[in-house]
Amino acid sequence: MSKTRRLSSAFLGLPYIFWAAAFIVIPLIMVVWYGLTDENGAFTFANVAAIADPAHSKALLMALLLSFLATVVCFLLAYPLCMFLVELQKGSDSFLTMLLIVPMWMNFLLRTYAWQSILEKTGIINTALTALGFAPLRMINTNGAIILGMVYNFLPFMVLPIYNALEKIDKNVINAARDLGADGRITFLRVIFPLSLPGVISGVTMVFIPALTTFVVSSLLGGGKILLIGNVIEQEFMVAYDWNLGSGLSLVLLIFIIINVVISAVTEKGEEAKA
Amino acid sequence: MKNELIHLNHISKSYDGKIVLDDLDLTIHENEFVTLLGPSGCGKTTTLRILAGFETPDKGSVIFEGRDITSLPPNKRQLNTVFQNYALFTHMNVADNIAFGLNIKKKPKSYIEDKIAYALNLVGLTGYEKRSVTTLSGGQQQRVAIARAIVNEPRVLLLDEPLGALDLKLRQDMQYELIRMKNELSITFLYVTHDQQEALTMSDNIVVMNQGYIQQMGSPESIYNEPENAFVADFIGDSNLFPAIFEKDELITIDGAPFPCVDTGFGTKKPVDIVIRPEDVDLVEKGKGLVSGVVTDLIFKGVHYEMCVDVNGREWVAHSTEPCAVGNEVDIYVHPFNIQVMNKPASEDEEAVRTDE
Amino acid sequence: MKTKYKGLKRLYIALIFIFMYAPIALLIVQSFNSSKSRGHWGGFTLDWYRSLFTDASIGEAFTNTILLALLSSVISVILGTAAVIYMSKLKKSPRTILMGVTNVPMLNADIVTGVSFMLLFLTLRIQFGFVTILLAHITFNIPYVILNVMPRYRELNPHIYEAALDLGASPVYAFFKTVLPEIMPAILSGGLMAFTMSIDDFIITHFTAGAGVHTLSTKIYSEVKLGIKPEMYALSAMIFVTVLLLLILVNRVPAKADAHGKEAV
Repeated sequence: MSKTRRLSSAFLGLPYIFWAAAFIVIPLIMVVWYGLTDENGAFTFANVAAIADPAHSKALLMALLLSFLATVVCFLLAYPLCMFLVELQKGSDSFLTMLLIVPMWMNFLLRTYAWQSILEKTGIINTALTALGFAPLRMINTNGAIILGMVYNFLPFMVLPIYNALEKIDKNVINAARDLGADGRITFLRVIFPLSLPGVISGVTMVFIPALTTFVVSSLLGGGKILLIGNVIEQEFMVAYDWNLGSGLSLVLLIFIIINVVISAVTEKGEEAKA
Repeated sequence: MKNELIHLNHISKSYDGKIVLDDLDLTIHENEFVTLLGPSGCGKTTTLRILAGFETPDKGSVIFEGRDITSLPPNKRQLNTVFQNYALFTHMNVADNIAFGLNIKKKPKSYIEDKIAYALNLVGLTGYEKRSVTTLSGGQQQRVAIARAIVNEPRVLLLDEPLGALDLKLRQDMQYELIRMKNELSITFLYVTHDQQEALTMSDNIVVMNQGYIQQMGSPESIYNEPENAFVADFIGDSNLFPAIFEKDELITIDGAPFPCVDTGFGTKKPVDIVIRPEDVDLVEKGKGLVSGVVTDLIFKGVHYEMCVDVNGREWVAHSTEPCAVGNEVDIYVHPFNIQVMNKPASEDEEAVRTDE
Repeated sequence: MKTKYKGLKRLYIALIFIFMYAPIALLIVQSFNSSKSRGHWGGFTLDWYRSLFTDASIGEAFTNTILLALLSSVISVILGTAAVIYMSKLKKSPRTILMGVTNVPMLNADIVTGVSFMLLFLTLRIQFGFVTILLAHITFNIPYVILNVMPRYRELNPHIYEAALDLGASPVYAFFKTVLPEIMPAILSGGLMAFTMSIDDFIITHFTAGAGVHTLSTKIYSEVKLGIKPEMYALSAMIFVTVLLLLILVNRVPAKADAHGKEAV
């Protein structure tokens, strides 16, 4: 009996193990392989070292800067939002679905593209400004526009974990802080914020990585003038067909991704130890 | 007479139109162990939360040492709470939890360290300073929660079902611990529970509540021996709770059978409720009692036997150290002093509701 | 304690909502704009909705998108659910490894996942097209199914399955009669999430689609430089409004909505 059961469960698991190996593990090994070889298949570190090339390093630094700022803005917008949602008990499941899932049903390229119409020279904001007698602003094709696009697209990834962390805090823990003499400010600084920190870290990693690696937002709202590391990699693969170089630069991104994963895994582990 | 410390002055509170407390008036004295006892939803926790400042009453006021503190926020009140499920700060270790209130008051470091050591000693957790609270057992977390509250030297310690999550043995140990701590600290304890055994064991004074009303207030002995109504009688301990007729002073009839009692002043031929504790029901030889019946059930309960006796279709419960076999015909005798006569509830609201928890 | 500044807090929530939905509203408005240039309102028209149905290339992209989403979510639901049952029987360390691998597509950047697929298909000389996109979509959808179903499956009372066996049911019968109904809400919400992710994906599709095959996403991207056809607005507006109405309808049945919403978010 137990033997047949083990067999049947292996039968259930094998397709997925095969799938994960073929489509998750092996493709990643391919990236590493291509990244560390030249077109003749000989080992080289040149593709990774190419990140030092001024054009590449500039794109990486720009991506780091813009995604950092976008992450900060996301945090600053999301934290109060989540606080208010928890406080007003508005954060029903359907509400969060509305905020997070529903916009996805309008294609993400179109949504980002719509910001062009809002921000461009003859766009909605500038038309309104001119009508009111103000000088039009230059907004499209700026760093600001890219940050806005990142914030717009990735804000939900910040909201969800912070909301979950805040909602999980036992109301009596907050009451206990008040009971022990803490006023609103101290309660927030010493109890609420530290307890929500795992959610914040998870939100930060979930926003930072897609923002750092995007090529869509920058090409739609940056007008092709501002190149991020994502644009460089995309062009190496799709335009220049230099897969070795593209893979080498992807390995540089992978380093950032791994750092992120480690950070969130460490905090998660801390959480588990507490639970 | 002890000094009056807290006065809950005609407090009413409702949520979404549902009345939780209805004109509750309660006085608590200094250095008393007072227990609010009642089934869930009786308003006992709401009373505690109003006192702590987490809720504002719709009507009435909270007086603390003669001062009206009704609108004072919880952080300004001289009382501390031990929460149900402890509400410890999981991101801090034991010492930081205990020091939380003292840090806010900006006490000197050496003072705080002394206080932590004292409190940990009091609750029996010496040496646990650096432990993470999440690694502690339920009983240990409970002790940290108590330590965290008492280092602030509150005038009153509010305890909201603090032992509810512990297993039976630990709960009994903690009951004695709490009495010991209270005696050592010489402060007022206000304790909320639905466990009547806990209330009887620990309290100087018990306040029995149901549906937002105080049903009875008094010492454990008086609550147990002289319940004022059927709800209290039923809620506190096992009991034989029967309808009866108060024929005249010092005589009642149960299902027509006369029983002498000691109560007076309920009128004549008036329907009343009576309660007789099982240990006061004496099973005697046939012909020597007041009514006759047949033993239908016999259960060994450890310290005593519990017998059920069928008396003309009504079931009486008797406790005794002497067993009496099923099928035996016996008589029942009750000493007049052990019959507690109570008025029938005046309204539907006070209707005795048996709430098993 | 009372909530202070209730009005201001509500206003803040509303502003975030406007921020999230303003571009969507704008796109819907555009779909009725008779002027092809985005900046100008040329008057109300339904022309784009009419011409949409005669535009073969949009129709093909739409069919591809829906077909991909359907196939990838169904296949990932089957693979993912089977994997959950298998994994919960594993010992701790192999399970941790397998879960770690499962999380990779979610934690990895889409662009890296995309190029990794591209390199795999290049190396294996697989013709880029519908099948390569489908394989990629299934792969990034499985984690959503697993992460939805896993907690529900672990919460499951194992005794109901054992009770069914005890009453004489065969393991397969017991699974379909006791376990499956219990985890069905999680499977459905995982499948719905997978479906949504597949529809909304651009980056991974971009790297796995060949020259000939378009989904709505890749079609929009290819049109960005020249200006997006207004028919695309019309189609997207229709999809969006349909889904919105469906969601509102489902939410009208509160109990059901609860069961779904919980896993969905």
